[in-house]
Amino acid sequence: MNIRNSMPFIIPGLVLLFLIGLFARGLFLDPTKVQSPLIGKTVPTFSLPGLYDPTKKLDQNLLTGQVSLFNVWGAWCVACQDEHPVLVAFAKTKLLPIYGLDYHDDRQAALAMLDKGGDPYTAIFDDASGDVAIDWGVYGAPETFLVDKHGVIRDKLIGPVTQGILDTQLIPEIRKLQAEAP
Amino acid sequence: MKWLLSVLSLLLMAGHAYAIDSQPSFPDPTLQARYETLTHELRCLVCQDETVADSNADLAADFRRQIHDMVAAGKTDAEIKAYMVGRYGNFVLYKPPVQPNTALLWAGPFLLLLIAIGIVFLVVRRRASQPEEGAES
Repeated sequence: MNIRNSMPFIIPGLVLLFLIGLFARGLFLDPTKVQSPLIGKTVPTFSLPGLYDPTKKLDQNLLTGQVSLFNVWGAWCVACQDEHPVLVAFAKTKLLPIYGLDYHDDRQAALAMLDKGGDPYTAIFDDASGDVAIDWGVYGAPETFLVDKHGVIRDKLIGPVTQGILDTQLIPEIRKLQAEAP
Repeated sequence: MKWLLSVLSLLLMAGHAYAIDSQPSFPDPTLQARYETLTHELRCLVCQDETVADSNADLAADFRRQIHDMVAAGKTDAEIKAYMVGRYGNFVLYKPPVQPNTALLWAGPFLLLLIAIGIVFLVVRRRASQPEEGAES
């Protein structure tokens, strides 16, 4: 069989290989890892009761003026329990305030978790209904947003913050944002 | 036959399984229809390819409540979708919008069809111009 006669087999074969390659890549892409459309936007406007004192309303104004982290968590969330000691240790360095959004949680369970493991948060919003979390484009807990001095969301992490992520990614990013003009 | 009867009677009850939320349905059937369509067009992001309407996940229930409230508040379908896309990106839509980076996705099948028609046309024309296989010998 010469080259000319085998062309009808080679070309469809190459096309097939190309398509298999394309689909294989698509299979291993995780669409939930797509960057949040909120990056570069100002934090949403909201007002929620504080976790410690439900009579006291807290709002998004807490998140302006200095670089801060906004951490979505819940006592029901196993990955948040893994993350918790990392945040507690990080909060002790006093590099920046960490604000908490207690997501879809039972207030007593949340308070018990903080009592037992320590409280890394400067203030905690109680989002029992999960409505504010939708405004933040939250999929699940834990999620952590890096907010700059002007209250603009600059980065978002899905999944627990680890010491490794802090050292290699978050802390350098925080220092860069802190060095920006006020 | 008895098992068939029990399967059929179970199927009769399947409709009730849909009532997973506490909020009442709309008194106005057009609003209810819009609510149903919207929840079927949006993705429950934490589930494996389920729509917001079909999923039992907490996030999907929150989405349904939000969509319900927005429909009740008189928001248009476009406003509600824009609200969701603004927070979760285009992935929240089951049907991707037509825009420059999805042009190939939308046009691809038609391009392939054109290419296939072209190939068929060329092959047929070449066969027609060639002498009959049998005539060679």
